[in-house]
Amino acid sequence: MTHHPYPLKTRFWTPGVVVLAVLMAAGALAMAARFIGGIGYVSNLSTARPWGLWIGVDVASGVALAAGGFTTAFLAHIVGRHYYEPVVRPALLTAVLGYTFVVIGLLVDIGRSWAIWKPMVFWNFNSVLFEVAMCVMFYLNVLYIEFLPVVAEQYKGRVNLPGPLAALNGLVESVLSLADRVLDKIMWVFIIAGVVLSCMHQSSLGSLMLVAPTKVHPLWYTPILPLLFLTSAIAVGYPMVVFETTLATSSLKRDGEMRVLAPLTRITIYLLGLYMALKIGDMVVRGTYVHLLEGTAQTNAFLVEMVLGVIVPWLMLLSERVRRSRRALFAACAMIVGGVLLNRVNVFVVAYTPPVSEASYFPAVGEILITVGLIATLMFIYRFLVTHLPVLSAPAREVSA
Amino acid sequence: MKLTRRGFFKITGAAGAAATVSRAYAAKASPAPEDPFGCLVDLTRCIGCRKCEDACNRVNDLPPPARSFEDPTVLNRPRRPDEKAFTVVNRYFPGQRDASNQLVPTFVKIQCMHCQEPACASACIVGALTKKENGAVHYDVTRCIGCRYCMVACPFEIPAYEYHDPITPRVMKCTFCFERISEAGGLPGCAEICPTEAITFGRRKTLLAVAKKRIQDNPARYLQEIYGEKEVGGTSWMYITAVPFEKLGFIDVPDKPTPRLAETIQHSLFAYLWSPIVLYGLLGGIMWASRGNRPHPEDEEGDRR
Ligand code: SF4
Ligand code: SF4
Ligand code: SF4
Repeated sequence: MTHHPYPLKTRFWTPGVVVLAVLMAAGALAMAARFIGGIGYVSNLSTARPWGLWIGVDVASGVALAAGGFTTAFLAHIVGRHYYEPVVRPALLTAVLGYTFVVIGLLVDIGRSWAIWKPMVFWNFNSVLFEVAMCVMFYLNVLYIEFLPVVAEQYKGRVNLPGPLAALNGLVESVLSLADRVLDKIMWVFIIAGVVLSCMHQSSLGSLMLVAPTKVHPLWYTPILPLLFLTSAIAVGYPMVVFETTLATSSLKRDGEMRVLAPLTRITIYLLGLYMALKIGDMVVRGTYVHLLEGTAQTNAFLVEMVLGVIVPWLMLLSERVRRSRRALFAACAMIVGGVLLNRVNVFVVAYTPPVSEASYFPAVGEILITVGLIATLMFIYRFLVTHLPVLSAPAREVSA
Repeated sequence: MKLTRRGFFKITGAAGAAATVSRAYAAKASPAPEDPFGCLVDLTRCIGCRKCEDACNRVNDLPPPARSFEDPTVLNRPRRPDEKAFTVVNRYFPGQRDASNQLVPTFVKIQCMHCQEPACASACIVGALTKKENGAVHYDVTRCIGCRYCMVACPFEIPAYEYHDPITPRVMKCTFCFERISEAGGLPGCAEICPTEAITFGRRKTLLAVAKKRIQDNPARYLQEIYGEKEVGGTSWMYITAVPFEKLGFIDVPDKPTPRLAETIQHSLFAYLWSPIVLYGLLGGIMWASRGNRPHPEDEEGDRR
């Protein structure tokens, strides 16, 4: 790899970014409503349906789709495949932002946002949620530490904060240069910790629903849910990298990085294949395939998740032609990403059928606006950061052509 | 990014130790108290007067109901406990007729079952819900963060939530009148007021004996079943009946406590943090072994594809 990551310095306010800003504003309004009128004011949550869109998408899917961060770190830094380096930083940035927004999503969803620190003091080791919360908290810190060198690289020696913040120049400068000098030597500690913490909470996220055997549809309720969550998170890591890199490079008019992305998806064949085998094997062993053709909302959601989200893209990836075509590869990876997203929503929302109340749940407008607003903010900040920090290393397309 | 040899051995050493410890790890004993209080509800005695709802409302300082406790038409629609009512009485017509060919109603009072191994308490991220020695599953609002995982976990769909309070919402459910029953001779509000003694308060073991005796003495009147004796590992509130429980809105739950599987997986994976430590050591080993640079697969000789 001859080129290095560099800030893009392209025009920032494109029409797409304006759309993002509008969505963000709508989300902010809905969020204000949540903190004025309560969760019940903006959502359709109830006694029977205490968790909905926010947990399914903002938290569970957010965590799963940030898996590119630890899977690329594993490949490039632990197994030593350094030629994947160009995708490590974008994946890391996605993880940093993804987890930050998981926490913001949680602040909206939990009733007592100001009490979010309490699990640090009051421990319940029986609670799966406690384990998830602890891991996410530590991992978020690890992610910030891993990202610090990228900031240091750009601003070390030229910290120049505007206006009254200028007083902090010296302090920030010394933090950055310290980070630059020390972190490089001990970064391995954090890189391994990041992978370990990810494996822990990705799987525990799957254990969350094990506490409700009478409420989760048998197609999803299995003792191996934690294993399924872990393998699917690992399997979605590289497709997510392909998905976001392709989106970012084409919207920012960069080179497609196919040289790095194509071999990545060859690994995905094995990872996704393992997940598919576990998922189908589990269905066969527990005999739940009898439900498959019942035609209810649950069983249909399961079929879509499996066929469009796992089997079809897996078959696509088998073909060399697909892996070499930027477009087809993007399509296959988008399906895998969509499949894992649907799986999380299915486990936390669709499969959840409380036995007493036949409460059907569909997210309220307010819930949707907040979720959409959070995703828009995430994309907005991503775009802002890659124009100012050395994250992407693909050369501009005109140059490479 | 350098891994020193010393650092590496330190990690793998710790991993070995953790693996040994984990083998010695034994499963945690059941959290259920030995001899808690309980309530036995005899459905054949309940007349649906809703005095228990009224008493509950007063004892717990709950807001006044939309329709008065004397209004019998409230019974026309089945209800669930919510954040403003910790207990409700529902009416069922399971099909029996009396001498004048009128359908005979059965009334069922529902509230938190105060499970022996409560799923809500196992789930609660901060331990805000705990099973007390006296049998109550107690909620400590000062710990609660409002995640509502307890509501996801409860197999009886009991905990309700103050969804319209933006800043300090509470989880709301029957308290088993924790303060009252902690005092000698104290009774829950509902058990104290019930005019027909449909609700009997006492030690759970005694109540089970009472229930069995009533069934034995009057086999024509009762079914041979006590709901709550074994359900989800046993509950502090128990019911006996003349009509099959399925016809009275009781749900079919397993005998095994529902949080068992999650707890077992959680504890066997993370006891003494053995698995993360082993994984850390393993990854450290891989990292150390594969330090150095590798060429891009397409630059390698004899392309592997
Ligand atoms: S009935 Fe539900 S809320 Fe009550 S103790 Fe059991 S699990 Fe907890
Ligand atoms: S809502 Fe409160 S009581 Fe329920 S699990 Fe969360 S912290 Fe515990
Ligand atoms: S007070 Fe007693 S008789 Fe009246 S509704 Fe309640 S349980 Fe039934």
